[in-house]
Amino acid sequence: MIHFVLLISRQGKVRLTKWYSPYSQKERSKVIRELSGMILSRGPKLCNFVEWRGFKVVYKRYASLYFCMCINQEDNELEVLEIIHHYVEILDRYFGSVCELDLIFNFHKAYYILDEVLIAGELQESSKKTVARLVAAQDSLVDAAKEEAASISNIIAQATK
Amino acid sequence: MALSGMRGLSVFISEVRNCRNKEQERLRVDKELGNIRTRFKNEKGLTPYEKKKYVWKMLYIYMLGYDVDFGHMEAVSLISAPKYPEKQVGYIVTSCLLNENHDFLRLAINAVRNDIIGRNETFQCLALTLVGNIGGREFAESLAPDVQKLLISSSCRPLVRKKAALCLLRLFRKNSDILNVDGWSDRMAQLLDERDLGVLTSSMSLFVALVSNNHEAYWSCLPKCVKVMERLARNQDIPQEYTYYGIPSPWLQVKTMRALQYFPTVEDPSIRRALFEVLQRILMGTDVVKNVNKNNASHAVLFEALALVMHLDSEKEMMSQCVALLGKFIAVREPNIRYLGLENMTRMLMVTDVHEIIKRHQAQIITSLKDPDISIRRRSLDLLYGMCDVSNAKDIVEELLQYLGTADFAMREELALKAAILAEKFAPDLSWYVDVILQLIDKAGDFVSDDIWFRVVQFVTNNEDLQPYAALKAREYLDKPAIHETMVKVSAYLLGEYSHLLARRPGCSPKEIFSIIHEKLPTVSTPTISILLTTYAKILMHSQPPDPELQNQVWAVYSKYESCIDAEIQQRAVEYFALSRKGEALMDILAEMPKFPERQSSLIKKAEDTEADTAEQSAIKLRTQQQASNALVLTDHRPANGAPQVSQLGMIMVPSTSNVDQNVVDQPLTHSNGTLSVVDPQPPAQDHAPAGDILGDLLGPLAIEGPPGVSPQSELNNVPSHEGTLGANDALALAPVGDQESTVKPIGDIAERFHALCLKDSGVLYEDPYIQIGIKAEWRGHQGRMVLFLGNKNTASLDSVQAKILPPSHLKLDLSLVPKIIPPRAQVQCPLEVVNLRPSRDVAVLDFSYKFGTYLVNNRLRLPAVLNKFFQPIQVSAEEFFPQWRSLPGPPLKLQEVVRGVRPMSLGEMANLFNSLKLMVCPGLDPNACNLVASTTFYSENTRAMLCLIRIETDPADRTQLRMTVASGDPTLTFELKEFIKEHLVSIPTAGKPPAPVAQQPQPNIPPIASSDPGALLAGLL
Repeated sequence: MIHFVLLISRQGKVRLTKWYSPYSQKERSKVIRELSGMILSRGPKLCNFVEWRGFKVVYKRYASLYFCMCINQEDNELEVLEIIHHYVEILDRYFGSVCELDLIFNFHKAYYILDEVLIAGELQESSKKTVARLVAAQDSLVDAAKEEAASISNIIAQATK
Repeated sequence: MALSGMRGLSVFISEVRNCRNKEQERLRVDKELGNIRTRFKNEKGLTPYEKKKYVWKMLYIYMLGYDVDFGHMEAVSLISAPKYPEKQVGYIVTSCLLNENHDFLRLAINAVRNDIIGRNETFQCLALTLVGNIGGREFAESLAPDVQKLLISSSCRPLVRKKAALCLLRLFRKNSDILNVDGWSDRMAQLLDERDLGVLTSSMSLFVALVSNNHEAYWSCLPKCVKVMERLARNQDIPQEYTYYGIPSPWLQVKTMRALQYFPTVEDPSIRRALFEVLQRILMGTDVVKNVNKNNASHAVLFEALALVMHLDSEKEMMSQCVALLGKFIAVREPNIRYLGLENMTRMLMVTDVHEIIKRHQAQIITSLKDPDISIRRRSLDLLYGMCDVSNAKDIVEELLQYLGTADFAMREELALKAAILAEKFAPDLSWYVDVILQLIDKAGDFVSDDIWFRVVQFVTNNEDLQPYAALKAREYLDKPAIHETMVKVSAYLLGEYSHLLARRPGCSPKEIFSIIHEKLPTVSTPTISILLTTYAKILMHSQPPDPELQNQVWAVYSKYESCIDAEIQQRAVEYFALSRKGEALMDILAEMPKFPERQSSLIKKAEDTEADTAEQSAIKLRTQQQASNALVLTDHRPANGAPQVSQLGMIMVPSTSNVDQNVVDQPLTHSNGTLSVVDPQPPAQDHAPAGDILGDLLGPLAIEGPPGVSPQSELNNVPSHEGTLGANDALALAPVGDQESTVKPIGDIAERFHALCLKDSGVLYEDPYIQIGIKAEWRGHQGRMVLFLGNKNTASLDSVQAKILPPSHLKLDLSLVPKIIPPRAQVQCPLEVVNLRPSRDVAVLDFSYKFGTYLVNNRLRLPAVLNKFFQPIQVSAEEFFPQWRSLPGPPLKLQEVVRGVRPMSLGEMANLFNSLKLMVCPGLDPNACNLVASTTFYSENTRAMLCLIRIETDPADRTQLRMTVASGDPTLTFELKEFIKEHLVSIPTAGKPPAPVAQQPQPNIPPIASSDPGALLAGLL
């Protein structure tokens, strides 16, 4: 199972964290610190796995961002490596060639897209099309509520004129 | 660039991004937090939109790494909002900010359940996602049936069911009983017939967890898994969207094959044939292609297939193919594949006898040991370790030794340990083993733990043939210009014992041996000096007839160290000096060490321990079980009388190389040299310092620094003999004054020392390069007397010494005058009277400062005058307990609380912890074996003596929670005691766990000291 997901920029800034195993706030910061130190310093031609505290961290760099997932020793590393890529492709499709800034300003979207890909540290959906459909449905629900709110305030505004 | 759709949020994010430095960022964030806090306070004025916006901001701030310790309530409350946008925010932010141990989460259970059983599909999804991501035990108990219903419901759409499957998986991990219901395995089998691949993928994850727990119930699912594999492998009925780079859902393939690995065999021949056909297709049909992702995905499937073949192929139909593939993989350039090739080859060693085939790849594997990637080097090291046997041990160990010189620091210790173990296990002859270990020490002395050289000493002691050879080798290393201190230790030890066997060789006369060893003395640390002193005594003893010149030289050394500040050295110097004047008596006392009894190598145990940090733990365990150390077999095991040393040696498994550990480790050796007056054969009593904790012993050396006129004999009597005084050696090492650091750093962890002192009454409170503050305390009822020992470690005096006590209101503290100046190397004692007025957990603080040269050092140190010091453990019987318990009916005299997040420990460990807090565990009072009852008497001026009763009810299924009931005749006391215990249960300070290791360590039966034991003899003499 995936214990946590981290997105860290080359400068060590955290762009997203998602914890599927219970870590206290203190442990979370410690984990991030340790792993950024280990992973950001690795050269480009090395393998995508690092061994850490009896776990394995599978990571991949996309432009300025490192996507990291921590798994058990006996888990299938390549499978997880491609979960990372799967998530990135979905983000890419959603934002239209995604960049770090998209994820900074829409960090909340990155979260709910991730929730459509992983639950309980396991892959939930391997069809990009299905994920895209579900995310779009959520967006439209939010938009609809917004429009409704706007129309209600219009009505109120008009009524009180 | 897309914006968040919320202007306020986007503006805030931009502003944070525009901050030029960390300081500005913090200011901006603090401002925002303040703003959010005030907005949340008058919640009525918040529109749903604003609330949503602030909660998102909180998440963003939290993600940046700032503590967000408020607003959890607001996030949780959004979960019950009626509209989707707010609800969504509530769910997402709650599941990011909180974890399963958070109390707030329980408030949400009802709202979450309403969403799960409600009709709104999108709400169901949100709720299932939250529970799947952070649901804990309580969720498992209250929600599992509802989630199950959704998973098997025919009216639910796939988007809900796949979430329900993973949600159920999480709940199952939290409590495996929720799916131990009749008929569930049939349901599971039906789920595996699912056509929707999203639901099937999630269900397969759930299934993997179920079979890993208990495969017996799920035999009926096995054929279904094979069907799934066939469907995927033939690409039948797989929608385009579920193929990934042309591969039918690689994830589902991997999961299905993983599930199959939990069944011991596949009995049915036709199913087996079908499965092997699929596996064959995967093994043969996977090619290396250009596209990275396709390659990764197909190899993910391939490696899983390899694992499944290794598991199932008892007939070895396909094993050779697997080995060939792995051989290919470990030679490719692509680092991921090479890494996995090495990893899987190591796994393969476990399951089948492929040693000979794998050995053909030895050269290739050694190349990977020099790879630039540490992950690959680690795998390579593990594989070499696993494949080593008598035939290739020499080659492999030599490679490891060669690599040791250039290896990175992160790996050296592991490397040294592995080389030492292999040398020990597969030594073709023992002299080679001695060569290897001495080379190890020579090349990487800093990384050779004491266990390693202890072990070589054991071998040499037990093998008479080896002794002259080892002594000669040791003598040769001493000729080298600069040798590592460990080499000095081992050489000195070996030459002390066996140099007389070399007597006729050139350069090996007692006098020459003495002078070459003595040359090293000025450069070594205190523990080594102790060893050298023993060596001199042994050399002296072996030089018969006595050589007056040598005698005078050695005596001069002894008389020099007679006034050494280090108690151990001083004791040795004084004793050896006295002994060496006894002539014949010396022969008995310093006779050669007896043989060590046979025992498992502490190195191998240590390796098992450290393996927890690296991969392939099970492989190594398996190998160590299979191959008993065959080097040991060569030795002659006569039951010997050195039991105490040996048992202690066995306990040393600490991989760290810190000073403190070296001290502890050194202890047995000093025993074995026969100097220690009394060996304590018992595991340390609970309220004493544990064996591994030497801090308490530091008072020994400190106390000795008395007036110089005192005779050595009476000084020796000052040493508390029942505690391992020897451990203290270099904690008081002469700190190099010349070390010019910009600030004065404390030695050791102050908090740890404080916590250790909370559990015992003497030890070091604080230490830095210039001063050491020790404490010794006595407690009687509500009063206590502490003595602070301020020891100046330098050759210059400490000025402007000031000590003030900042007392909490419940303690009356009276510190005697502290002198302004502490002379060089002197120690002053400052008594401190303590009176406890009433129960409280507050802590007294010592504000301490001094000047050394240009440094002004100021420290505030907590004093260990804590609640439990005013306890007196008391054993109560059932007749006394129950009337008392009943007479205290409820709050505020009797308080009960469910404590969560407890550090998991066994009941025995918990009992030890309680006893060490002076809360006496009364076994047998509670009929339930999972519970624990303890009692103590508390003393303070207000309460007088007050009986306190404690009952802990643990949950064997979940060690992280328990229910605690505390009762006493005083409401404040009850409350304080309850909180006090809670603090110790929830986060055990690192140094505060001494009882636990004692309980875990296998404590071999240590016989009472035999009369032939040199240590015992010596004790008799003194």
